[in-house]
Amino acid sequence: MDVLTDNFSLYGEGFLGTVELTVYASALALVLGFVMASFRVAPVGSFRVFGTVWVTVLRNTPLTLLFFAVMLGLPRFGLVLPFEVFAVLALGCYTSAFVCEVLRSGINTVPRGQGEAARSLGMTFTQTLGAVVLPQAFRTVIPPIGSTLIALAKNSAIAGAFSVTELLGTYKTLSELGYNIVWTFVWIAVGYLIITLTISALFHVLEKRWGVAR
Amino acid sequence: MTESTALYDIPGPHARRRHLLYGLVSTVVILALAGWFLYLLFDTEQFTSTKWSPFLYEGIQELLLEGLGNTLKAFAYASVLSLALGAVLGAGRLSEHRVLRWTSTLLVEFFRAMPVLVMIFFIFVALKVQPLPALVAGLTLYNGSVLAEVFRTGIHAVARGQGEAAYALGMRKTQVMTYVLVPQAVRAMLPAIISQLVVALKDTSLGFLITYEEFLHAGKLIASNLDYDLPFIPVVLVISPIYIGMCMLLSWFATWVARRERRSPKTKAVDVAPAEPGTLLPGAQ
Repeated sequence: MDVLTDNFSLYGEGFLGTVELTVYASALALVLGFVMASFRVAPVGSFRVFGTVWVTVLRNTPLTLLFFAVMLGLPRFGLVLPFEVFAVLALGCYTSAFVCEVLRSGINTVPRGQGEAARSLGMTFTQTLGAVVLPQAFRTVIPPIGSTLIALAKNSAIAGAFSVTELLGTYKTLSELGYNIVWTFVWIAVGYLIITLTISALFHVLEKRWGVAR
Repeated sequence: MTESTALYDIPGPHARRRHLLYGLVSTVVILALAGWFLYLLFDTEQFTSTKWSPFLYEGIQELLLEGLGNTLKAFAYASVLSLALGAVLGAGRLSEHRVLRWTSTLLVEFFRAMPVLVMIFFIFVALKVQPLPALVAGLTLYNGSVLAEVFRTGIHAVARGQGEAAYALGMRKTQVMTYVLVPQAVRAMLPAIISQLVVALKDTSLGFLITYEEFLHAGKLIASNLDYDLPFIPVVLVISPIYIGMCMLLSWFATWVARRERRSPKTKAVDVAPAEPGTLLPGAQ
């Protein structure tokens, strides 16, 4: 029990690190995923190909391999950034592929008639997508986006093994200090549960506010 | 473009010309980016013969193959065990005994909410287990719990009338399950199960973090060798196509099975879930 009270600042630092990683990477993943999803439904062929390749490759890449390549590979090109930035890049790009797929299947749940009606009013592709289809798709994608972001929060644990300050990484310091290893992990687990439950509560509220059953 | 979409009109000659222009410009931009990347590779001297020479040695080829073998071994163990665990937990969740149902629900929810890596580290560090069993156990607990949910929803997806008809014929609970529900459900669940196995295959690379001697670990050993001028980029260029290729093959297999099942008359009573590795996350329904 005193593992937590003695090392509250250490745990707090790790917890905040995980939260920060999750928030920044989520923002990146949502933006990139949105861009890729619009690429995948665009009328221009090369955009579609690019979006498809991006999603297929990233969805089938082990995240550890991606971290390995980004964290240790990019510095070889003279691109030296803090580890946190690399971690956000890797996590964000990886999750963007999943976000893109969620958005695309969300777009597919909007009845065809909606898009057709928008077109017959003379709307352009951007207007159809932005003013008619996406606002409706947004309502159906809230729960799957939530679970994708929960997965992101869980995946951020991998960053800890690549020397980024986050929750799982705290176990090393604590076991060196000689604390009970089981309790150390119990509190780490509680930390992750707090984060994932917060995200799912947040999306539950969003779902209540905007979601529709289709 | 063969299929028409509801998002835009079938382009006329003017729009087609515009799209062609966009297409050409974006292709040029993408090619330029790829070219720049290649230039960077050459500029930072990644294609020197010293950096690629390690792959010529038989010992290093064997090291890589051994790593790949270890990855596949962990994957085989983890997938078989997680299928078994998933079956047990899934049956538990469908059980009529309250205690069994509650325990398995608790286990499934807990293991799905925990990061796999935390479980693997816990088993490896706190319980002081060897890397391979630790990795396999962590993967089994996580993927088994997810598969339990897949099994449960699969059984529920079989049309109600099937089970009711079997009960009306006087079959017992177990008979209804084994003769009627499971055979139909398994066909429908197959794509989802294979997609989850892709997740397991991807997650075997977590073994790298607990010093299990798998594929990535072999790569790291080669990459940190000073004799070959730290051939890090060559190693990544060799390893990632193999890794991504394996996962892609399995994903494509899942999609192929799903497409085949959707046409098959044997799964008429069940909604076949499309193969989507990304949606099998906690909370996703």
